[in-house]
Amino acid sequence: MGVDHVTETASAPAGVEPLEQVVIRFAGDSGDGMQLTGDRFTSVSAALGNDLSTLPNFPAEIRAPAGTLAGVSAFQVHISDHDITTPGDAPDVLVAMNPAALRAELGSLPPGGALLLNSDAFEERNLKKAGYASDPRSDGSLEKYKVYEIPMTSLTLDAVKDLGVKPRDAERSKNFLALGLLSWLYTRPVEPTVEWIQKRFASREQVLAANLAAFRAGHAFGETAELFDHPYTVRPAALEPGTYTNVTGNTALAWGLVAAGHKAGMPVFLGSYPITPASDILHELSKHKNFGVRTFQAEDEIAGVGAALGAAFGGHLGVTTTSGPGLSLKAETLGLAVSLELPLIVVDIQRGGPSTGLPTKTEAADLLQALYGRHGEAPLPVVACLSPSHCFTAALEAARLAVTYRTPVILLSDGYLANGAEPWRLPDVTTLSGIDPNFATEPNHVTDDGTPTFWPYLRDPETLARAWATPGTPGLVHRIGGLEKADGSGDISYDPENHERMTRLRAEKIARIARTIPPLEVEGDPDADILLLGWGSTWGAIGTAARRLRAAGHSVANASLVHLNPFPPNLGEVVRRPKQVLVPELNLGQLTKLVRADFLVDARVISKVQGLPFTAAELEHHVLAALEVPRG
Amino acid sequence: MADAPPAPATSRKDWASDQEVRWCPGCGDYSILTAVQLLMPELGVRPESTVFLSGIGCAARLPYYMNTYGLHGIHGRAPAIATGLAMARPDLDVWVITGDGDSLSIGGNHLIHALRRNVNLTILLFNNQIYGLTKGQYSPTSEAGKVTKSTPFGSLDQPFNPLSLALGAEATFVARTHDMDRQHMMETFRRAHAHRGSAFVEIYQNCNVFNDGAFEQVTSKQNRADMLIPLRHGEPIRFGAENEKGVVVDSQGRASIVDVADVGEEALLVHDEARDDPSLAFALSRLAAGPTTPTPIGVFRSVSRMDYGQSVDRQLAAAQERRGPGDLAALLTSAGTWEVNGN
Repeated sequence: MGVDHVTETASAPAGVEPLEQVVIRFAGDSGDGMQLTGDRFTSVSAALGNDLSTLPNFPAEIRAPAGTLAGVSAFQVHISDHDITTPGDAPDVLVAMNPAALRAELGSLPPGGALLLNSDAFEERNLKKAGYASDPRSDGSLEKYKVYEIPMTSLTLDAVKDLGVKPRDAERSKNFLALGLLSWLYTRPVEPTVEWIQKRFASREQVLAANLAAFRAGHAFGETAELFDHPYTVRPAALEPGTYTNVTGNTALAWGLVAAGHKAGMPVFLGSYPITPASDILHELSKHKNFGVRTFQAEDEIAGVGAALGAAFGGHLGVTTTSGPGLSLKAETLGLAVSLELPLIVVDIQRGGPSTGLPTKTEAADLLQALYGRHGEAPLPVVACLSPSHCFTAALEAARLAVTYRTPVILLSDGYLANGAEPWRLPDVTTLSGIDPNFATEPNHVTDDGTPTFWPYLRDPETLARAWATPGTPGLVHRIGGLEKADGSGDISYDPENHERMTRLRAEKIARIARTIPPLEVEGDPDADILLLGWGSTWGAIGTAARRLRAAGHSVANASLVHLNPFPPNLGEVVRRPKQVLVPELNLGQLTKLVRADFLVDARVISKVQGLPFTAAELEHHVLAALEVPRG
Repeated sequence: MADAPPAPATSRKDWASDQEVRWCPGCGDYSILTAVQLLMPELGVRPESTVFLSGIGCAARLPYYMNTYGLHGIHGRAPAIATGLAMARPDLDVWVITGDGDSLSIGGNHLIHALRRNVNLTILLFNNQIYGLTKGQYSPTSEAGKVTKSTPFGSLDQPFNPLSLALGAEATFVARTHDMDRQHMMETFRRAHAHRGSAFVEIYQNCNVFNDGAFEQVTSKQNRADMLIPLRHGEPIRFGAENEKGVVVDSQGRASIVDVADVGEEALLVHDEARDDPSLAFALSRLAAGPTTPTPIGVFRSVSRMDYGQSVDRQLAAAQERRGPGDLAALLTSAGTWEVNGN
């Protein structure tokens, strides 16, 4: 029941078939606990040492009407005995808790795939709600698949019947029955999940007992029901030695911000307004007050960024977190931050847009907004996250740029990275590079009459960063604001030439960041027939696709951008050498437009805007098509 | 900071920046600036620990003229920016300088939330009942029917009563003063500065270019005795050239003006700014519908409630006591880890 069966070896227990990898999708109603089930299966696989990647996919409604297609919540996990970077092209196993889940998700299951159905849920009412005219189990529509019918609801009710749980509540434990069954089927250890259930539900004794009973019953069912020939296993991946944890993008990003504050010796201040899919960063950071992290749930998006900017003026590491609609609201404050030349980190966890769009689904269509969505000439650095764990590194990089160059920085992640998880080899925190705020403590200028004074807009000759004195510093009082400032003194200036000079200085300061950015690395032949050039979260699918294509003998190279403004200094050369440049983007071609405009290269977009990430298979298909029809 | 040495003595010139003041000649903002600059040396505070922060509008230029740290922000957002600064740096004195358009129109949301949170800010609202910097449109405090460039047939909007709004937003300190009385301004600002938490001061301010004389009926020297009702904590509320008028509250909680001779002094409302229940302060804020009938000035409400920055710091201190200072390596391993060994 996996795509890559391998020869049984002595290291697998007798009767257990090892697989190189397996992709499992759990699907049910949004009240069925599918995210929790998937998450738990993931954690236990991580602890086993598998490499993994996850793709949660859930509706925006908290409890959409039960049994309908709109309410289907799914969680896909890809576990592997080797290095992987995507949640898998398609599931090998689909667990469907009701007809709606089957109908919504079946399309992604390839022929021959395994279907684990909760047969209890396939009664007339549910079939009708899901829009089935006849029962798919008996009308032949599931013939292509290996179907396993398991009465999950009644097995659960049976398992908990002696616990005195009301039938309605008892039924809710059926996700743990499914988890127990899958744990048996893939020989995941039982104890960690038992301990986890005991801890998680410690305050609700009856729920704890019911979930535990259901989990154990599911495991026992697998062992005794003889529905399956034998269990499978996926052995630990040969990952680089080190200490690993399983981390989602939002958690890694929050930790990166804590680390940045720590390294800069600046307390972190987060001003934020709840918005999907960014809120988890606010939740995570609000737990870490012992790091001196201040979190402020503001009255709106504008207040969130305003407060962060106020804190930055006070010498804190000001951060605001949001998604696309919130970034639009913060635009005016970003203009002020550009003018004030104060450090500020703006995190945009992109989602499907425009407007409310697809709040819980992924998209990466805010690139041009991040680069240009402000009034006036207001350049600022833009940094993107490549993978869930890379969110940590990217947050540190955003902080380095913000503090060193006294500038707002936009950090782009997306819903896919935010909620997706992967194993992360923990860095040695003592080796993370420091960030130096280099606060001014002395006057830096002498007036005509010989008085030492402080000029807030005198610049470092190398970085062009301005001098930064925070309130409380004696002798350096000064005023800054959104009006144009005289070069050097920072006094209000309406002088035409000064405005042009300051506009160019602000642009040059950001452009000079390129001096500190490592060159873009190309995997494969730099002169390949096709370069797959990406940015942000397409990294995993692009790398997987390009490696498969190279293995199949095609001339395909790949590279992914972390820095979107400024670009790495060698990007021009990178895009000019290959015969064709294809740019996979979860938008209609935003980076493509930039590459064409900046380098006069005929780059072509591979677009997808379906609220879902690319699969490697999709990209392979596009590249093969392009290879067949070379452009003249 | 408790252990900081006392601030060295300063004079007005220590608080004035070298920037040329650029308000229209005759603007009420000049007298407010003077009152602020004269008051600062009396407060025993340091220029470097003082921040003047503003949004956009004529009033918002004031920070440029103070020899302190200053930030001239964007329209309406000063209370939000100031909230971040005051939370991050409770050691600072943060003054927010704003106008009726800035803080009651575009920035209304930030003002009410700063007040309810009780952020430690001294908020001076220059109310001139007009948009000055954009050259004369009606503002959210302009009287209904106001004819301006944008309302040639008269404004249709019901104006805000800034003090009622502040009281409704749970403000702990609410006061009113006017630009024609330097002593009263200084005394009111002194009280506002001494208040821990959000202190909200409405200043009737004359815009001699676009709304000249808007407050003249109550603030001119010859009218003041009969038209301004001074509020003094613990005293019966009386006014008039002969102190012959007073304020009573009826059984419905409505405040009204009476002749003391008719009701007797004991019937007058005794002002209690420290009363926890804001309803009497609210009734006083409704006594005059606009600056055309007798209008109370002074401190309407001054109650003690922990300020936001202090509350935030307490949570931080409690977390550090409970869990020790942050340990980055421990944070990264907090969700559970596993080891991969080299083969």
